[in-house]
Order: sequence, then C-alpha cells, then structure tokens
Amino acid sequence: MNETIRELLGRVGGLPVPVTEIADDADLYAAGLSSFASVQVMLAIEESFDIEFPDSLLNRKSFASIKAIEETVAQIIKSREAA
Amino acid sequence: MDMQTSFLDRLFDAGLLIDTGVDGLYGRSGQFEEVIAAFERLIDKVGGADGAEAMRFPPGMNRAFFEQSGYMKSFPQLAGTVHSFCGSELDHMSLLKCMEVGEEDWTKDQQATDIVLTPAACYPLYPTVARRGKISAKGALYDLQSYCFRHEPSKDPARQQLFRMREYVCMGTEQHVTDFRQSWMDRGVEMMKAVGLDVTIDVANDPFFGRAGKMMVNNQRDQNLKFELLIPITSTSNPTACMSFNYHQDSFGTKWGLNLEDGSVAHTACVGFGLERIALALFHTHGLDVNEWPENVRATLWG
Repeated sequence: MNETIRELLGRVGGLPVPVTEIADDADLYAAGLSSFASVQVMLAIEESFDIEFPDSLLNRKSFASIKAIEETVAQIIKSREAA
Repeated sequence: MDMQTSFLDRLFDAGLLIDTGVDGLYGRSGQFEEVIAAFERLIDKVGGADGAEAMRFPPGMNRAFFEQSGYMKSFPQLAGTVHSFCGSELDHMSLLKCMEVGEEDWTKDQQATDIVLTPAACYPLYPTVARRGKISAKGALYDLQSYCFRHEPSKDPARQQLFRMREYVCMGTEQHVTDFRQSWMDRGVEMMKAVGLDVTIDVANDPFFGRAGKMMVNNQRDQNLKFELLIPITSTSNPTACMSFNYHQDSFGTKWGLNLEDGSVAHTACVGFGLERIALALFHTHGLDVNEWPENVRATLWG
C-alpha cells in the first residue's frame, strides 16, 4: 500500500521534491502539498483502491503524512470488510 | 421559502427592488441605492484612514486571468462567461431564422469572448498588482467595489445573481494580513451595531463544488480561513452572511507571483461587504421606509 500511495502522491501531489525524499511521517503540507493537490490525491486513491472516503475522513488530518494516508485507507478498507 | 418570497414581494411592492422576470436579477430604486451609498460612506469613514489604494474594475474580467485564478476548479457551477455572435452574414441569417422558429437553441453557436463575469471584486486585482513588481515590506492595501456574478438563481432576495461587493484586500506578511482581518472583524461588528443590526460572527466556508469540494470545505473550516458576519434577513435560524473575512495564506501570493521586497511570498487577506445584503438587512430590520428608521441609525448613515 505504501508504494501505491507514494506513486499516486508523486503523480498528482504536485510536490516540489521527489516523493522518495519524503519520510513516511513527514508533514506533507510542509513539504508543499496544496489543498487542491490533496483533493487530487484523495480522488486518485479512491480510484486506485476502489474505496470511497466518508465525509468524516475528508480533512487535512487524513492527508497530513504518508503514514496518515495509509492509516486512513486501512481504516476505510477495514470498515468496509466489517460491513 | 414562503418567508423569503414574501419579503421579496414586499420589496417589489414597495418599489425598492424591480422585478426583471429572472430570479436573482433585479433593478434597484433610488432609495435602495441611497442606502447603499450611505453605507459605503460609512465604510469610507471607518476604513479611510488606512490609506488603501482605490481601484474600480467593471463587472467583467480578463478571461485569461480568470482561467489562471483556478475559479473553475472550485466553483464551476457559479461562473458566468460572456459569449457573442462572431459569424458571417450567412451565419446571421441562420441565427435569425433559428430565433424566429424557436425550436433550436439560438445561443449554441455563440462564441466565448475574452471577458468573464467577475466572480468577486478582488479577482482582477491580483494580476494587476503582480504586474507592478514587488510589494513594499510595509504591505499593501487596496479598496475595491464591483458588481459580481454568481449563477445561483433564487427567490431569496439576499441571494442575487448580480450584486455589489465592496472589498479591502491586504497583502503582506502572515502577521500583517491576519491582524488586518481581525481588525475588520472588530470594526464590522461595531459598524453593524451602529446601524442597529443584530450580528454574529462564525467560521464559514465557500461553496466548493462536488465531493472533492467537501474536502476543501473541511480544510477551510479546520484552518479558520473564512469567517462571516451573519445578520437575520429572511430567516432567524439561518442568518445571511453580510460580510466575510478571508485569509488566503500564501495561495494567491504563490499563484500570482506576489512577492514582498525581501523575496518572500506575500500572504493575502480580504474583507468583503455584501452591499445589497446589508441594505436588505437594514430594510428588513428597520422597515421599508427609510424615513421611519430609528433616529440613531439615520444619524449614523446620513448624519
């Protein structure tokens, strides 16, 4: 999952630095992720993982770091399996 | 809805607003305009000493700047573009025939011009300032007013499609522009009190489009980027935003290349007055005849 998220982030995140230079727990907004780019990342993740972010997870916190994105995606997949 | 319709009907009956047959597109009477003029003088009195540079743009803006602004990313549903007939004499004949028959949409061959309707008074400002070069270390302040267009037909007289927005826009450091925004939040409350209006201030968001917009909304609210000054007009439970206080962080600075003398990207903030909404709040609160308004309100506006 980490690899896929990094690939999507690199493709649509519009970051000024290569994703390989960003640590899993680094602040993506500080690294240059704009509000609009975070929306693009969200849409790309939904398509790639075939999931839908519930409104409650559509916020800055969910996209604050690569680790945060991983945890959010894992949470959505888990709740879908539970349902 | 009933209450909204009835206030709109009362405004029509009193002649303050003039029905054009299109929801949200109204004429204004002399008295309505006099209230707006008086409130604008009050704005001048409160903000004048700040020494803002005044600029007035027509209600249309350069389409290239509009495209660069990213407005279509966030609010495609609200935008209005200007299209014109650009055809030959033969095209003109078929256009007239099409209009006469009325079966087909005669506007389908109209072509986009270089003009887009201004969505907010400050939109033409950023590229204008960017062309001038670096911004003084002391920051910069601008005073704008324009008719603005938003495609949202409604029977709520406080939601018009063509309305006037008066704005102050501040550019500078984060501290400078957030101080500017806070000072206008305080001033706004005082001004509305002085004209007898009951206000609250609350965190707010712009009407971003679609599901992606939901995330923009959450981001905007989480970061307290937008506040609105709310006044009951057509509903007490859902009061109307009559002023907004927006902190754009460095997003416009980055987008338009607005830099301070030290080379850092300028932060920007703007404060907007919805002039028709303020006039409507005054008419709703104090009655449709300005001669009957409380003496202290009249003194503040016309004293």
